[in-house]
Amino acid sequence: MRRFFLFIPLVIFFVMGIFLYQGLQLDPTNLPSALIDKPLPEFRVSSLYDEDRVITEEDLKGKPALLNVWATWCPSCKQEHAQLNRIKEEGYVIYGVNYKDDRGKAKEWLRRYLDPYSENIFDKTGSFGINLGVYGAPETYVIDAEGVIRYKHVGVVDEKVWAQLKPILQKLENGQEAK
Amino acid sequence: MKRWIISLLMLISVQAVAAIDTYEFQDEDTRKRFQQLTEELRCPKCQNQNLADSNSPIAKDLRHEVYRMLDKGESDSEIADFMVARYGEFVLYKPRKDASTYVLWYGPFGLLLLGLIVVFAITRRKNTAAQETPESNLDNEQRKKLNSLLDQDTDK
Repeated sequence: MRRFFLFIPLVIFFVMGIFLYQGLQLDPTNLPSALIDKPLPEFRVSSLYDEDRVITEEDLKGKPALLNVWATWCPSCKQEHAQLNRIKEEGYVIYGVNYKDDRGKAKEWLRRYLDPYSENIFDKTGSFGINLGVYGAPETYVIDAEGVIRYKHVGVVDEKVWAQLKPILQKLENGQEAK
Repeated sequence: MKRWIISLLMLISVQAVAAIDTYEFQDEDTRKRFQQLTEELRCPKCQNQNLADSNSPIAKDLRHEVYRMLDKGESDSEIADFMVARYGEFVLYKPRKDASTYVLWYGPFGLLLLGLIVVFAITRRKNTAAQETPESNLDNEQRKKLNSLLDQDTDK
């Protein structure tokens, strides 16, 4: 029995070692979104193309979709843009949130690199961004047909990331049909 | 001597106030609350800085948001709730006391207590062990042998 006690420090060491080792694999910049499984915050923001047209959360409901937060000042957004165009070609819906940007520049960008977005939300002040919990573009959310946030990806959407997002979207679409 | 003092002074760095905004506060109390809130809220982008220190655009926006909410007369906990709802518990530099953070708040005291118990147990065991040990349990024969062995050493 006495001898057993001698092993306690070793056991503690191993337990701590396992926890710390797991900590090494974590990406500290990968924050869990507080909004997962919550509906999109209510918003009233103008459309990028038409200043007078107001877009609300109701406009984003109906179909599972991606909600992509981007800006012309964000180099990674340029990087992911081609992938977003491919996603659109595959037949998925992407909504764009132009985050703290210049209207003219954003329109020019979409003209030059093509516009993959079904709706273009122009969030000049970034208030919609704050309500969404955005802390840096690009960020991409997966929302379901009821406008509930199901997943959030921070960073560039490339083919690898799309391979993760696609099954989530497909699952949501299948669930929708089953209803 | 003077040179020494100057070089010593150079070692002391003055904490830089990184971000400077111009906000007009209703009163001194609100200004203090703003300072405290921005110091206790973490910037989601630059994770080892608080809102007060960070120059990142999101920190600037969130500072503005804190200011706006203070101006509207909202309480500190309402502002903290607002941030947590959007960015998660992570933004609080001072975690709240709830079931998931009890370990964090009270763990150290628990460990201290555990340590004290262990130290107490060990010292007590040593004391009793020392008391219980008889002077020696050698018989005469063995004592003689021991003495002769000890004497051998002193001879040298």
